[in-house]
Amino acid sequence: MFLLVHDPIDSSSLQNELIRPEDGAVVVFEGVVRNHARGKQVRYLEYDAYEAMALKKLEEIGARAKMEFDIRDIGICHRLGRMNPTECSVAVVVTAAHRNAAFDACRFAIDTIKKTVPIWKKEFYDDGEIWIEGAE
Amino acid sequence: MSIRVLFFATVAEVTGMREAELDASDYPNVESILLRFAHDFPRLEAHRGSLLCAINSEFARPDSPVHDGDEVAFFPPVSGG
Repeated sequence: MFLLVHDPIDSSSLQNELIRPEDGAVVVFEGVVRNHARGKQVRYLEYDAYEAMALKKLEEIGARAKMEFDIRDIGICHRLGRMNPTECSVAVVVTAAHRNAAFDACRFAIDTIKKTVPIWKKEFYDDGEIWIEGAE
Repeated sequence: MSIRVLFFATVAEVTGMREAELDASDYPNVESILLRFAHDFPRLEAHRGSLLCAINSEFARPDSPVHDGDEVAFFPPVSGG
């Protein structure tokens, strides 16, 4: 399941959708909005995306994760638009028979999302705003 | 037929638009499109070194050929997650 949404992400419902009786492990990663960056207070973020391509890239990452790791399923949901600190901007859910593959695939997925999916973040501070370019 | 050109993030801010249409016969490849907009928007020059491009939702290179009906996108290095 690969989604781009404009409303809050509910990763537990994503988890409930994916889990099956044969799974022995579920790894959930949530990226959340942090209130500081580059030595400044961040008031909020806005995410923009090339939605058609972003969705395609998320699906490709999911397909690669399933090929390269011994997992049963993977779901990724990225939120777009404005988000405040503590809100979830991205969730990766991996289910597998065993935990190692689930951890590894989840790490692979979030690292690859940050490098290859056409989504951009803008940070808003008290004294201005800036588009962030490139993965951290 | 025409080429649909999309801009995102800083590139959209510099050009002041999110999309444009071009006559396909004038633009053989990605670079020719970029040169056209770099001419119209000199501030794009500062971003050209790091700019990424895609044709029909697939990463492309400056010399990648462009055809009638293609969707060509220009954007900065990604920063999602």
